[in-house]
Amino acid sequence: MTTPKIKLTDVHKRFGDKVVLDGIDLEITPGESLVIIGGSGSGKSVTLKCILGLLTPDSGTIEIDGESIVGMSGADRERVNRKFGMLFQGGALFDSLPVWENVAFGLIQGHRMNRNKAKDIALEKLAAVGLSAEVGELSPAELSGGMQKRVGLARAIATEPEIIFFDEPTTGLDPIMGDIINDLIVKCVKELGATALSITHDMASARKISDHIAMLYKGKIIWVGRTADIDHSGEPHVDQFIHGRAEGPIQMELRRL
Amino acid sequence: MNPFQPVGKAFLGFLEATGKIALFTFLSISHCARPPFYFRLLGRQMIDIGYYSLPVVGMTTLFAGMALGLQTYAGFSRFSAEGAIAKVVALGITRELGPVLAGLMVAGRIGAAMAAELGTMRVTEQIDALDTLSTNPFKYLIAPRIIAGFTMLPLLVFVGDIIGVFGGYIVSVYKLGFNPGVYISETFKVLEFVDVFSGLVKAATFGFIVTLMGCYHGYNSRGGAQGVGAATTNAVVSASILILIFNYIITELFLSA
Repeated sequence: MTTPKIKLTDVHKRFGDKVVLDGIDLEITPGESLVIIGGSGSGKSVTLKCILGLLTPDSGTIEIDGESIVGMSGADRERVNRKFGMLFQGGALFDSLPVWENVAFGLIQGHRMNRNKAKDIALEKLAAVGLSAEVGELSPAELSGGMQKRVGLARAIATEPEIIFFDEPTTGLDPIMGDIINDLIVKCVKELGATALSITHDMASARKISDHIAMLYKGKIIWVGRTADIDHSGEPHVDQFIHGRAEGPIQMELRRL
Repeated sequence: MNPFQPVGKAFLGFLEATGKIALFTFLSISHCARPPFYFRLLGRQMIDIGYYSLPVVGMTTLFAGMALGLQTYAGFSRFSAEGAIAKVVALGITRELGPVLAGLMVAGRIGAAMAAELGTMRVTEQIDALDTLSTNPFKYLIAPRIIAGFTMLPLLVFVGDIIGVFGGYIVSVYKLGFNPGVYISETFKVLEFVDVFSGLVKAATFGFIVTLMGCYHGYNSRGGAQGVGAATTNAVVSASILILIFNYIITELFLSA
């Protein structure tokens, strides 16, 4: 049996009295692209941050390639993080560095690569996401939102990671640019043969970039299945969410006027 | 409601904040001492703190020296002790005014800028991005700033001391009619190594405090623009208060040694 690339077992996380993750179990096999969907505040970002080591779960285990990573720090954590690439929701580009150096950052700092060689690779990756070498010399502040996402994607794939995380990859983009980013994600993940874990509430994006979809609701995974099966999930929460209906079992916490 | 409850809550909050700062300080120092070292970033910070703060510190100590010369004359002339102006200016600037004024000015210029920069990096997920790119934020962001502050402030203060003493010289010679040669010889006659050295020890301590507070408040900034603003204010206020407290402690230590 294949060892899951990412495995979460009974992961709990709370902030004060608020329970955010309430026993998450999830497995992602090598080469699979899984998208976690769910409403705002359902715990998607916290799940991602727990896997990335930015937050520590209160209990439960998280394994990468069969190795438990909860509580890992220092050199071990850096070793595991070298397997990761991450596209942040807002790009999270370093505004003190030019675009090419942003893309090459993981190569120069994480992999100790020579700057000239890293720049060549960065320009290659920028070309792969449809950006010219001239863009590489610009500052991130000079780029549009769509271009920043592309640069973020180039940075995520620059080190040719085994696992790529996408945090709301199409948020804040117009539908056409969102679709272009989706196509680029599919292309880059396929070319690298990487495992992908994305979080989004954009169903068009989820359908396009995933093999499997998991739905997170009130800190629990309430449905996991093939993307093709999501329209026939038989789960009312999933049905309501994918059709964007106000009526249904998911009730938004709105204050009555 | 128990009337002691708010007092207890405030006290526990104080203990928690003290513990967090102590842990942050320990982590910062340990990362300053262990490789990898980012010399390019260290150089940039040294130039920013040392070179670009020079005009501010120079102006401050120049006018402080001039005012000190005038005030000393106004006070000492009542006892026909005008001859002591050179001594008072030299000791006042090197032991107290030089390091304290430079520390406070750098707290306003550098501490605020560091808190704002790191705070913005925190709320735009750039610090999280560093983690995912296998780069320890303490080594990459904090250590270069603290080393630069610790090493550059003594140099700034040394230059500021010279400019401050020169301020007293300008007032004494060109306004009060002192003999230039006598003023300079009196200055050198009264100054001992420990006078300058104690000021430089203070400067190194203040450099550490300013950068530590700037980094601590920026790194732990939360909640968007308002959080960054609060971090900036807290960095300057806490650094300024700590500078005045440690100024007294170091003065006491040197005088009792």
